[in-house]
Amino acid sequence: MATEVIMPQLGESVVEGTVTKWLVSEGDEIEEFDALLEVNTDKVDTEVPAPTSGVLLKIYVPEGETVQAGTLLAALGERGETPPEAPEPTPAAAEEKEVEKIEPPAETQPQQSVSAGRSDDLGFISPVVARIAAEHDLDLRKVSGSGRGGRITKKDVLAFIESGETAAKPAAAPWESPASGELFRPTEEVFKSAAKASTSAKPGEVIPHTPVRKSIAQHMVRSKETSPHVTTVMETDLSRVVKHRETNKALFERDGVKLTFTAYFAAATVRALREVPLVNSSWGDDGVHLHPHVNLGIAVSLGEDGLIVPVIKGAEQLSLLALARSVNDLARRARDRELEQEEVQGGTFTITNHGVAGSLFATPIINQPQAAILGVGAIEKRVVAVEMEAPSGDIEDVFAIRPMLYLSLTFDHRILDGAVADHFLGKIVNLLETWS
Amino acid sequence: MPEITLIEGLRQGMDEELARDESVFIVGEDVGARGGVFRATQGLHEKYGDMRVMDSPLAELSIVGVGIGAALYGMHPICEIQFADFIHPAFNQIVNEAAKMCYRSNGEWTVPMVIRAPYGGGIGGGLYHSQSIEAFFAHVPGLKVVVPSTPYDAKGLLKSAVRDPNPVLYLEPKKGYRLIKGEVPDDEEVLVPIGEAKVTRRGSDLTVLAYGMMHHYTLQAAEAVAEDGIDVEVVDLRTLLPLDKQALLASVQKTSKVLIVHEDNLTGGFGAELSALIADEAFVHLDAPVKRLAGPDVPAVPFSHPLQDWFMPDAAKIAEAIRDLAAF
Repeated sequence: MATEVIMPQLGESVVEGTVTKWLVSEGDEIEEFDALLEVNTDKVDTEVPAPTSGVLLKIYVPEGETVQAGTLLAALGERGETPPEAPEPTPAAAEEKEVEKIEPPAETQPQQSVSAGRSDDLGFISPVVARIAAEHDLDLRKVSGSGRGGRITKKDVLAFIESGETAAKPAAAPWESPASGELFRPTEEVFKSAAKASTSAKPGEVIPHTPVRKSIAQHMVRSKETSPHVTTVMETDLSRVVKHRETNKALFERDGVKLTFTAYFAAATVRALREVPLVNSSWGDDGVHLHPHVNLGIAVSLGEDGLIVPVIKGAEQLSLLALARSVNDLARRARDRELEQEEVQGGTFTITNHGVAGSLFATPIINQPQAAILGVGAIEKRVVAVEMEAPSGDIEDVFAIRPMLYLSLTFDHRILDGAVADHFLGKIVNLLETWS
Repeated sequence: MPEITLIEGLRQGMDEELARDESVFIVGEDVGARGGVFRATQGLHEKYGDMRVMDSPLAELSIVGVGIGAALYGMHPICEIQFADFIHPAFNQIVNEAAKMCYRSNGEWTVPMVIRAPYGGGIGGGLYHSQSIEAFFAHVPGLKVVVPSTPYDAKGLLKSAVRDPNPVLYLEPKKGYRLIKGEVPDDEEVLVPIGEAKVTRRGSDLTVLAYGMMHHYTLQAAEAVAEDGIDVEVVDLRTLLPLDKQALLASVQKTSKVLIVHEDNLTGGFGAELSALIADEAFVHLDAPVKRLAGPDVPAVPFSHPLQDWFMPDAAKIAEAIRDLAAF
């Protein structure tokens, strides 16, 4: 294998250099550490030594040419050996130098690694290293190995991640941070192709309808015309959920899952839907259709682009861990416009978490043809009256500070009456308040 | 807290159970006036008499058979097999009768019995006083198999085994009888649940799974390699059947490298089961092959001392295996 000589980076801010003189001709022999060529940068003039003994097989960059650090300059090897192919032509030819200095190079250099990085052959990659790399979307070629034969170990990967050289962490799920959109208006129609809303319109001008906006508008009007909407509101104490989440967060993280409150709302809703199947239904001309599975929609805001309701299919079969994983995954892909058509269809019930924007309670519009939609308000610490056992054994009313939240259920009065709807909502409240 | 030996922990456990419940009795060769060949039952015959601490004929089949019959009549026998090497004549009674009783009677009959058996080499015992027999029995659903490696666990597991409604094979690392010492409280009841492993040393670089005497040596090896900067987590399995999968998989998930140590020979040993389990359920967490350090595949532990040393895994061999795995 020929040894490649690259343009060194001769200082922290020096990213390019000019080959001023080749001290050895092609076909000549050179000893390791002997000067091979002279290089000039805007800071220093220096000699580049041969990294190894051998014959200078090929010079890729002629004298007078300016190239970026990392560019292949020459190949050393044994006599008769074929030098490697020259990479893509390097920019910054001498005559363009002035221009180059004014404008930074528009394109980055091709993969001619600056540090003596790894080749494509990474050696043995253990299952755990492969998994961590996949989870963090890492380029393992950037990780140096300390294991046997230079193998990349789990520790190497974790140290690499720790060093922060990887890409920035993905942002939190949309409903974990304040959203600006109208989160409680679901639609099924926003996709990868969704056109960016025009934000450049000024007051006095018209914002043309995007397909998404039109679709949302049609859906909302149709829903209001179709179902007589009624909303009921209950209050719930989240103390146990908060405690459970604190206790289990680290455990879930070990499985690579961020445990969000949304997962709890989803889990409680799914259980309540199993107990009150009438809520998991659709109106039909021949009767009310009870759905065999719970396909749980969760509204995700896409900011000014509208919103989208990805659906967790067969949610009744999922544990809290699996629900949390699904919720996070769908949220991320909704935000990245990566959802497939079938992932936003077939919902049987929808949750909208308008609380992330600070809303205490709302009256969302039903996502047709579903029977109801759950609105989740903001979690607030409030002073509430609770009963407590005094040292004397008597039950006394006392003030307590508790994480409270309002849940609203908007339902189709054709299918559900107030009593059933309240029974259902009460179930969710009870599940959340007695969570263990 | 008083420091006692492993065999004293065992003796205390039996003493307390004999005192607690009149249906508990001991039966085995020389367990009576002689106090057992290792003195595990010393003083108990004197204290509880002929009917509670009973010498048996030299016939393991009948020791276990008598135990099963008594257990079916509501007694709680502790059967001593003098050396695990001699448990084989009782294999049929243990596997075909004791282990299957609850299952075949649909839970109506159970055999609440403990079978104690000193096992393992390193004592100059040669071919017939050094065997490790756990793999034969850890293969049998319906049995429980426990192996204490500290005086505390010796006492706590024995007491739990006596109270268990089903048959428990209680294997005693006899090399450690007087070698292993540890603190055991004398002012509170010591009970160790069957089916729970214990992380006896926290570490991050690799996990060693061991039990019995090998667990004791592993702790020494872990101290030795700590000087080289290798941070070893040690899990004492304590119960082989039912296995505490959760505990050992949690450790594997944490360290991603596993060494399994037992003195029983390698092929078909209990380490094979552990290794398969880890490959099956923790594959995506592994950063190295699952390694086993075990006795070589020869018919028995040799009598000659140099050959016995060649056979037995010890702290030095475990440390070497740890270093090798850490470098992977």
